[in-house]
Amino acid sequence: MSNIFEYNGSAVVAMVGKECVAIAADRRLGMQAQTVTTDFKKIYEMNNKLYVGFYGLATDAQTVSNRLKFQLNLYQLRENRLIKPKAFMHMVSNLLYSRRFGYYFIEPVIAGLDPKTNDPYIATMDLIGCPMETKDFVVAGTCSEQLYGMCESLWKPDLEPDDLFETISQALMNAVDRDAVSGWGAVVQVIEKDQITTRTLKSRMD
Amino acid sequence: MTERYSFSLTTFSPSGKLVQIEYALQAVAAGAPSVGIKAKNGVVIAVEKKHKSPLYDETTINKIESVNDHIGIVYSGMGPDFRLLVRKARKIAVQYYFNYHESIPVSQLVQKVAAVMQEYTQSGGVRPFGVSLLIAGFDEDRPYLYQCDPSGAYFAWKATAMGKNYINGKTFLEKRYNEDLEIEDAVHTAILTLKEGFDGQMTEDNIEVGIANVDGFQRLDPAEVKDYLAAIQ
Repeated sequence: MSNIFEYNGSAVVAMVGKECVAIAADRRLGMQAQTVTTDFKKIYEMNNKLYVGFYGLATDAQTVSNRLKFQLNLYQLRENRLIKPKAFMHMVSNLLYSRRFGYYFIEPVIAGLDPKTNDPYIATMDLIGCPMETKDFVVAGTCSEQLYGMCESLWKPDLEPDDLFETISQALMNAVDRDAVSGWGAVVQVIEKDQITTRTLKSRMD
Repeated sequence: MTERYSFSLTTFSPSGKLVQIEYALQAVAAGAPSVGIKAKNGVVIAVEKKHKSPLYDETTINKIESVNDHIGIVYSGMGPDFRLLVRKARKIAVQYYFNYHESIPVSQLVQKVAAVMQEYTQSGGVRPFGVSLLIAGFDEDRPYLYQCDPSGAYFAWKATAMGKNYINGKTFLEKRYNEDLEIEDAVHTAILTLKEGFDGQMTEDNIEVGIANVDGFQRLDPAEVKDYLAAIQ
């Protein structure tokens, strides 16, 4: 039990394309070496233009996603509008920092489009809420080094939704193949201003 | 040590009214006149700042306060109650910014301030606030003007007057208001509305004017007020 982040195993990546974003994650849930399930959900829908994926301990991912949905639902009811991705990022950051000394063992990956302008937005943060916003891609996972390498080589600006799907899929699949505790298939969501495409990939099932 | 009453002092009368709130509204109606007008591209709020004696140093006290750089607030009624509500409103605005890194929408601030005012009509051992507030602000795309009453009720207005003479003020505004007012016309109209019930000479030191537009909320300084007054005389 040397690293609690590696107990369940996960890989999440998000990328920016032309007027779209994509977010992808593997599907394995394990208890160290033992694989428990191969259809575990790691990406959660917050609203129809905002998705969050989590790397780290599965129980904390589920708890944090429920807490976030709770706060977000209240926000949307009170303000009668969809939240901006940037404001959502700050909400997540505050939630994680509120547990500064009893932290959640997770790192979130946020991907979404601005509700009015449809500008793409991606961000990630560390386990206590330090945000990182980028223009190209964000990665988190037990194979994050591999993901960084894959994304850096494959990503190009202004990819169309179909090309973005190919790019993010190749990046994720090849990275998790070099990692023992992540893989067993992948889920890829491509978010555009008027539709969301969800695809499930079959990769090396080991 | 600080024992609180566990029962409310604001209770229903047989006719179904909360008499304390009615009395609070009387305190508001006896307060200095204030006015608010929403234009196409901004909101103006103005208030009379007459003092009982020429010995007052009117430059130190402001009746128009900003809650954050987008939202301004003015009152009719009891000054000390206003100060407390401004403190609470500022904390609410800054707390929102801490959570979302976004400027609080005017309607959200109004709801939260009004909730505070309502608490004081139901909590133990306290009395309602003796002020009605006018909250003016410009959200991302459009201007808003809200009134908050001692009961905790809030209303969105195109134009309104509060305090002494408010009935005449509102009648005046009903005649003068139209949807195509620009902010400059609105300031002019607001000052004229105050002038209706003004005793004596109106100068840049005995009224205050604030404007909320796309660039934020600003209280006008006396020199700017003087220019608007010159246009009226």
